[in-house]
Amino acid sequence: MNTHHRQIRPRAKAVRRRVGWPAAALAVTAVLLAGCGSSDGSGSSAGSGSSAGSGAGTTGAPVTSNGAGTAGDQAGTSAAAGADASAASTVGGSSSAAAGSGGGATASAGPASAVSSVSSPAPESVAPVAPGSAGEVTLVTHDSFNMNKKLIADFEKQSGVKLTVLAQGDAGAMTNKLVLTKDNPLGDVVFGIDNTFASRALDADVLQPYASAAAANGADKYAIDDSNRLTAVDYGDVCVNVDHTWFTNKKLAEPKSYDDLTKPEYKDLLVVQSPATSSPGLAFLLGTMSAKGSDGWQDYWRQLKANGVKVDAGWEDAYTVDFTGGSETGTRPLVVSYASSPPSTVKDGKATTGALLNTCFRQVEYTGVLAGAKNPDGAKKVVDFLLSKEFQQALPEQMYVYPVTAGVQLPAEWAKFAPVADKPATVDPQQIAENRQAWIGEWSDLMGQ
Amino acid sequence: MTVASSVSAAGPRERPGDGWRWLRRVGLVLLAAIPTAALLVFFCYPVLTLLGRGLFVDGRLDLSAFGDVFARPRMRSLVAFTIWQAAASAVLCLLLGIPGAYLLYRKRFPGRAVLRAVLTMPLVLPTVVVALAFKILLTPGGPLGSWGLDETVAAILAAHVFLNYGMVVRTVGSSWAVLDDRPLAAARSLGATPLRAFLTVTLPALGPAITGAFTMVFLFCATSFGIVLILGAGRLNTLETEIYRQTQEFLDLRTAAVLSIAQLVLVTLLLVVVAALRRRTDTTQRLDSGVRRPTRFGLGDAVAAVVTTLVALAFLGVLGTLVLRSLREPGGGFGLANYAALGTVGQDNLMLVPATTALANSLRAAALAAVLAVIVGVALSVVLARRPRSRAARRLLGAVDGFMMLPLGVSAVTVGFGFLIALDSPPLDLRSSPLLVPIAQALVALPLVVRMVLPVLRGIDDRLRQAAASAGAPPLRVWWTVDLPIARRAFGGAAAFAFAVALGEFGATSFLATPQRPTLPVLIARLIGRPGELNTGMALAAAVLLALLCALVLLVVEAVSGANARIGGF
Repeated sequence: MNTHHRQIRPRAKAVRRRVGWPAAALAVTAVLLAGCGSSDGSGSSAGSGSSAGSGAGTTGAPVTSNGAGTAGDQAGTSAAAGADASAASTVGGSSSAAAGSGGGATASAGPASAVSSVSSPAPESVAPVAPGSAGEVTLVTHDSFNMNKKLIADFEKQSGVKLTVLAQGDAGAMTNKLVLTKDNPLGDVVFGIDNTFASRALDADVLQPYASAAAANGADKYAIDDSNRLTAVDYGDVCVNVDHTWFTNKKLAEPKSYDDLTKPEYKDLLVVQSPATSSPGLAFLLGTMSAKGSDGWQDYWRQLKANGVKVDAGWEDAYTVDFTGGSETGTRPLVVSYASSPPSTVKDGKATTGALLNTCFRQVEYTGVLAGAKNPDGAKKVVDFLLSKEFQQALPEQMYVYPVTAGVQLPAEWAKFAPVADKPATVDPQQIAENRQAWIGEWSDLMGQ
Repeated sequence: MTVASSVSAAGPRERPGDGWRWLRRVGLVLLAAIPTAALLVFFCYPVLTLLGRGLFVDGRLDLSAFGDVFARPRMRSLVAFTIWQAAASAVLCLLLGIPGAYLLYRKRFPGRAVLRAVLTMPLVLPTVVVALAFKILLTPGGPLGSWGLDETVAAILAAHVFLNYGMVVRTVGSSWAVLDDRPLAAARSLGATPLRAFLTVTLPALGPAITGAFTMVFLFCATSFGIVLILGAGRLNTLETEIYRQTQEFLDLRTAAVLSIAQLVLVTLLLVVVAALRRRTDTTQRLDSGVRRPTRFGLGDAVAAVVTTLVALAFLGVLGTLVLRSLREPGGGFGLANYAALGTVGQDNLMLVPATTALANSLRAAALAAVLAVIVGVALSVVLARRPRSRAARRLLGAVDGFMMLPLGVSAVTVGFGFLIALDSPPLDLRSSPLLVPIAQALVALPLVVRMVLPVLRGIDDRLRQAAASAGAPPLRVWWTVDLPIARRAFGGAAAFAFAVALGEFGATSFLATPQRPTLPVLIARLIGRPGELNTGMALAAAVLLALLCALVLLVVEAVSGANARIGGF
């Protein structure tokens, strides 16, 4: 026993002197906790990176002080307001921080600052305007939400709204979350519910009416709800995309229509996504239903199947692995994607892919004020903002979708390579909500999925 | 049992011992109670809330859903497929991983540490990237397209082995590294063939580690989502993909609740079986004497070397596919353009933050998760390593042990949606807290830490503790002077591993991370979801970086904790 004892002790001392690890571990935890808790506030722990990215010479002091204040609250308690602000980045800092109008810093140029605060650090002339008069607004949206920071900063300055963006998965997940949290909503306003999920949101009463004056100039064309609970913001067409290069090399004429896709010369050339697991997949299915009718689509898909259509689970695997226009390993020159995809394949001033505009289904994205919003007035301002000319103009480059407002200019490449369909297919959202599960089930049985 | 028995055996003279004993008991109960409480709050409560939404109709429990759901043949076959693909994946992983564990933890050769790190790299790769890498290889136009494995179960199993192999090697290896080889030598000298000696001596001694590894791989594969979805092309479905579809696509909480309960029952059954197995095989693993007799290069070594080389080559093939594709530049040719682009915010600000910032987010969250998981996991292991005399207490410990594995076997969608509706009011309004990501990652890493640390703690010779105690050391001191030095490298290995797992964790993270604070895996998913060669290239470049970083961290942590060194003799 004693010999053991003697051997053990010195070793232990050595360990203690060297490491003292529980203390170290605790210290590390504390630091990390602090870091995680606070880096939402603009300037704090991520600050070293963020100030580097933003304008030279400015320290972003107003932002930092504001951010640190909120951060402290979040780390400690989880009072409702604090927690709301916490996850999402504070898109605007305090109103005083956002004051400097478009100074040289140009918010969008400061990439690192994106972690947390989007507001541009106040340049030389700090002129605080009316502080936070319209209060905080939380915008619930999907993961694809993307917007020019300067635009948001300008909006915050003009409206006095402090905007927090809270992304909640894809459009479907987001809608579901809104339905599930109806009694205690995640935010004040939503953007990104599309026409395939619209009825689910409307039926569950997660929205309240708001007729924005700005909707009169194009958004009204896509109205689906008499009481104005949803207002259209943008749209995109899901169409079969074609690899021009492949067809040129094979000296084969490109298909033009749904019917062409079932012809023998296009056997084994098309890859689509399963409507059960993919949103463009469902859109394409709905497009064929609209074109072939409720009795004809089943037969059409039987023909597609006989003609060797390949079904992948999602857009990623279809486009980046199986589509010849997206991958060298691809074997299929026809893929279901978006009308806005071709501009991404521009080489030497020419798009190597294009969309078949006779095979399009139109997805429309809506915004609305959430029922039970804490700040409905602020939420309405956000709806107006989404319909504003500036926001509408920025939509194509930021989110790959088309603006609903008439007269908004598209980027040059879009005008050239991403025209929209003249007569896209649509299906009544109520119909989609009612039949979604049955249709997908029927399709699965049909395709042996 | 341990110190307690020795102290009481020493007689009533040593009064202070009673005080210590009482204190220690309270301490032990607390050590087990804290993680259990955390699991109840962050896991059970949200899951049960969501299940309740599905099963209670107008305040009444409606069980007819079970009949409705399982009347459909499709649902029954889902259960069968879930079980068999997970079991097959786990068995394959063990068959390939045990030779690997032997080679990488019992044998010394140059480059061993690097090889260990490389074989663990896949663990941090986002599953969508792994799935795409396999699809690139296996698709009809891919390099292995002629094998005809695209959209087959074989592809799914291969991807599962690729992802989980490192886990088996590490879990089994960390036990094997400290295994006493004298019994094996005795068996051999008594005339047992190497195979027989391995089967009757070594394998039983590794029992706890092997059953632990099997359980974890099974759970990971039973709940694997991206792999099954993409490689199964939506045609092959498991309970997990179906729960996802019913919840996400249809918001059919009733069906989802039934399927989730089926998943829970399945997982619980597995854990009960494994616990029973473990009780049987749980002979105290004795620690390495430190005396290693030089052994001749035998047939077993050759088999292990061949199997592991083949596995390593296959791994390099898959990883190489990724690296090559990440180096392909948008304009044609090869170069580092994709990597350079990671410092930007991508085309049209697509990424919102540069990859470097996302990496910082990832590192911060993963480090916190690893620290949390190791502190809680080690504390828990200390308790679980006890062998109380009472049968009931032993059962209780076994139950706690199994309970901690539960989060691995339950769908991230269920937990994620449950979180939203359950933890929505003070003091638990965590719906949008940035702490959610590390907490979720720590929950996933916790069982791995326990599986790596527990066998080693159990193997510590109680006589050492008794010696320290009888020399007057209080319990904490005993732990400090006996357990810690011996288990230190297991802790180091577990910490590195927990970090790696947290770094690559995507399921829960994608549910919880917001786009302004994306982790690297979230960013990769975002990039890969957009057309454009540069976006795809950048996604793969980021994945390669993530894997390299993971390997580096593993190497450093293991070097610092001495996990690669042999422990000094006692």
